Amino acid sequence: MEVTAKIETVGLNLYYGDFPALKDVGIKIPGQSITAIIGPSGCGKSTLLRCFNKMNDLIENTKVHGSIIIDGHNILLPDTDVVFLRRKVGMVFQRPNVFDLSIYNNLKFGLRIHRMLDGKEEITESIQNGLEHVGLWTELKDKLQSNASTLTLEQQQRLCIARVLILKPDIILLDEPCSALDPIATLRIEDLLRMLKQDYTIVIVTHNMQQAARVSDYTGFMYLGELIEFSETKQLFTNPKEKLTENYISGHFG
Amino acid sequence: MLREKFCNYIRELEKEILEMGQMVITAIERSIKALKDRDITAAKQIIADDLLVNKKRWDIEERCINLIATQQPVASDLREIVAILCVASELERIGDYAEGIGKIVIMYGNQPPLKPLIDIPRMAQKAVDMLKRTLDAFLKRDAKIAMSICNEDDDVDSLYEQVYRELLTYMIEDPTTISRATYLIWVSHNLERIADRVTNICERIVFLATGTLTDIKVSRY
Repeated sequence: MEVTAKIETVGLNLYYGDFPALKDVGIKIPGQSITAIIGPSGCGKSTLLRCFNKMNDLIENTKVHGSIIIDGHNILLPDTDVVFLRRKVGMVFQRPNVFDLSIYNNLKFGLRIHRMLDGKEEITESIQNGLEHVGLWTELKDKLQSNASTLTLEQQQRLCIARVLILKPDIILLDEPCSALDPIATLRIEDLLRMLKQDYTIVIVTHNMQQAARVSDYTGFMYLGELIEFSETKQLFTNPKEKLTENYISGHFG
Repeated sequence: MLREKFCNYIRELEKEILEMGQMVITAIERSIKALKDRDITAAKQIIADDLLVNKKRWDIEERCINLIATQQPVASDLREIVAILCVASELERIGDYAEGIGKIVIMYGNQPPLKPLIDIPRMAQKAVDMLKRTLDAFLKRDAKIAMSICNEDDDVDSLYEQVYRELLTYMIEDPTTISRATYLIWVSHNLERIADRVTNICERIVFLATGTLTDIKVSRY
């Protein structure tokens, strides 16, 4: 599969203490597409996702070897500006983690931290843009001062995505973003992701194989810290190259 | 065991396909016997029995749809169910060709025989033989055997040409034979189509085994 990679890892090994969580992972994630990472619990999929914005640095005793190249730059080199990196590579988590602030201030928070915008008008416009992108503007425009925790879980998760978007990232990482949502809200978030992929590179970790099959263009299957297979999603779910992938996706184990 | 129930469903469906295959093989053999014996009663029975073949096809299709809806099969499981759906449809069409021969027997049976039947039973035998081995290859998911069976379609095509030319000669020599000769050409055409449908099943076996959809053999007709 010859594609230009937005994110590429070469010989990526990661240890939590002595435990090898990632073993020689080489993945090429194409830009402006959705890539799903699947695999049983503990296979390293979330660890791999967290590598892309160096979130693993926050975990003690973590050692990383190899390279992670984003837009031609190896982010494991010491000259990487982690704050800038985390703005360009946004992340959305399993449960919506809204701050105990108003909707408006939730969105303003990142802009302030990154000193991106000063004028009130600019900020308000950016917030409106963010909410429009995730389909929340119409329903929330009149209650921007309400506390974000009063929103439904789906709205909260959308708000978290908007909070990432207004920082103008290139890449959005999502770790099980729908596991707290009901099936309809899940489908709506998937629709949103499909719309966003025109402008962003999206990597999603999911336990839900049907979700990976529905929403992604490429799928990587991980097992015991190794990337077993990386293929186009339609190929992986109809005719996987590896027997291990076949056994996992058809429920032989996992 | 997680998959035990699912695997049992698949095995049952395979059994159904084999039974359906046996039903259409019997229908082809009986239709050629009825043609030879000019047995209109037997022909009517073949036509009536085709309803059972059709019913079995719908039954298999319904069970496949239920499996897809409830089990979300992927990879080789999904290919197996898709292959079963296609094979059931091909077998149903093969059954229709045998039924078609039955209908010809009803039209032809009251008229004096045109000639002793030699190549037509030979065509039927060849097609049935191909179908039997194809069903075996389906069970074994043997793409190699499936490919080789496809090549045998040439033999059936050659017999068809031979029958066609011979009957044409009859018609040219004696125009009173035209309607009877035409009936026999229809019969041989049906047999030729049966062999083509067998090659379609072979393509599904290759898909099942390898995941590749290919047009293995384009029939001359």
